[in-house]
Amino acid sequence: MSEASATAAVQVTAAVQVTGVDKVFTAKRKPSVTALDSIDLTVAPGEFVSLIGPSGCGKSTLLRLIADLDTPSAGTLTVFGKTARQARIDQEYGIAFQQSGLLPWRTVAANIELPLELHGVNAAGRRKRSAELLALVGLGDFAESYPDQLSGGMQQRVAIARALAESPRLLLMDEPFGALDEMTRERMQTELVRITGETGAAVVFVTHSIPEAVFLSNRVVVMSPRPGRIRDILGITLPGTADRDEHLREDEAFFENVSRVRELLHGEAPVGIKGVENR
Amino acid sequence: MSGRSPSSTRDRRPAARRSGTTATRVAFGAGGVLLVVVVWELYKAIGPATGVVIGDLTVLPRTTDLAMPHVWDMVGRLFEQTGNGRNAQPVWLAVTQAALFTLGVAAVGWVVGVVVGLLLAVLMQRFRTAESAVLPWIVLSQTVPLIAIAPLVRRWGAQLEFGDFTWESWMSVAIIASYLAFFPVSIGALRGLNSPDAIHVELFRSYGAGWWRTLLTLRLPASVPYLLPALRLAAANAVIGTVVAEVSIGLRGGIGRMIIEFAQQASGDPAKTWAPIFGAIAVGLVAAGVIALLGVLLRRFRRGEVPA
Repeated sequence: MSEASATAAVQVTAAVQVTGVDKVFTAKRKPSVTALDSIDLTVAPGEFVSLIGPSGCGKSTLLRLIADLDTPSAGTLTVFGKTARQARIDQEYGIAFQQSGLLPWRTVAANIELPLELHGVNAAGRRKRSAELLALVGLGDFAESYPDQLSGGMQQRVAIARALAESPRLLLMDEPFGALDEMTRERMQTELVRITGETGAAVVFVTHSIPEAVFLSNRVVVMSPRPGRIRDILGITLPGTADRDEHLREDEAFFENVSRVRELLHGEAPVGIKGVENR
Repeated sequence: MSGRSPSSTRDRRPAARRSGTTATRVAFGAGGVLLVVVVWELYKAIGPATGVVIGDLTVLPRTTDLAMPHVWDMVGRLFEQTGNGRNAQPVWLAVTQAALFTLGVAAVGWVVGVVVGLLLAVLMQRFRTAESAVLPWIVLSQTVPLIAIAPLVRRWGAQLEFGDFTWESWMSVAIIASYLAFFPVSIGALRGLNSPDAIHVELFRSYGAGWWRTLLTLRLPASVPYLLPALRLAAANAVIGTVVAEVSIGLRGGIGRMIIEFAQQASGDPAKTWAPIFGAIAVGLVAAGVIALLGVLLRRFRRGEVPA
């Protein structure tokens, strides 16, 4: 009895609970594609989980299912104990994509305030929140700039600030640094570690970069394609995410974890040059 | 490693204006007008009086004063009296009054056309089936000759009667103008409303924003770069529609009727024919100017606009 209620409590508190989820894309006069096949995944509150795998392994699809931008063909999916649809309507998550998706006719501040505006927060409250977030992502001087006046990295920071606008307990990120150069990318990763540490939000992070996944995550979910399956889930043996900084990239333990993820991605016996998968 | 430059998005700024400063552009504009005048007078001076004829086909017009009055005669005629009668007034005044009348009717037609065009575009954006059902009719509507619908509109309008309201001829003209004006607006607005990227649409979905909020906050602002050229076309169409419909319906007071009246006097007073034509050009310029002003007011929504 007590055991059952304990399990129920765990399920209610889980940030994301995915159980036996399939996703099959069907099109007229084309063979249907199984994008996801019996996926089970639990993300705890405050946990940083990366989804990694080659193209076509369904990692973005899984993220879209969690965000209720698409619906699973089978299985159940809950976000903080609610259906994905209800969680979307209740604004339980913030989302960021590979493109920043800023509205070009709005200033940086107005872009960050967009979700607040849509949900009826008054002007003073919006101003205050966008100022806080701009300071958080280090763009305090750019509130009145327009997106086309910013670099790609700065635009992406605005997008992350926008995703954080309503203080969600869950952040969904689909390769948010995928279009950035390596230097900007590493700086953004360090910032993201700091920001998630400060906000305490759980994160589901899609990437195809092994070092990125290792640097950011508590756990890395390694996926394989056709059909999309979870091959393994790897706990990262590194200091807590709040204590990670640039020095960690030089650390022996960091390289060990990178190797472990790489071996999982390539199967047990890695062959050939692996550096190209290193992004 | 990715070789993409960090500034790749930064370089996407609108390209620098092709034609330098405002002064240069004004000079080029004035030069263009001057060139037309020079070519006109040059041909009139050296061209054969009977025109250039190849076989039975007149390729270039006669150069007599009757066919091609001097430019200064045309301009000078503007400042003389319309006739010898009691109602005589300077031609420029008569033309201005007619032009203002036509402009007013065209403006009403433009507004009606823009409203109808926008509503149709929103309807087609909202319902896929509406797009397949309505769009062919919209395209088809523009193949009906204006001359054919003018009497129909007048007859239908005349049958309208409620309370003190009576249908007047100028309303028929405005309706015909709007019939030409709504077409570019509906097509341009539909493209504009569908222009937001999938990522923007999904973002609004993730915010739980309904169709109406998405329309107001995302689709309408995003459609501005598509809408402005459509509004400009609609303005030109409304002016042309008004002038032609004034003739078809026989509405007095506007440029259309004036062109016909003055043309009937062309044999005795060839320069006078050109006065209302200048008036029509002025109406078109004012209409285009209003749209340009609208574009300036909406410039915030044209950031990152790709020059077509």
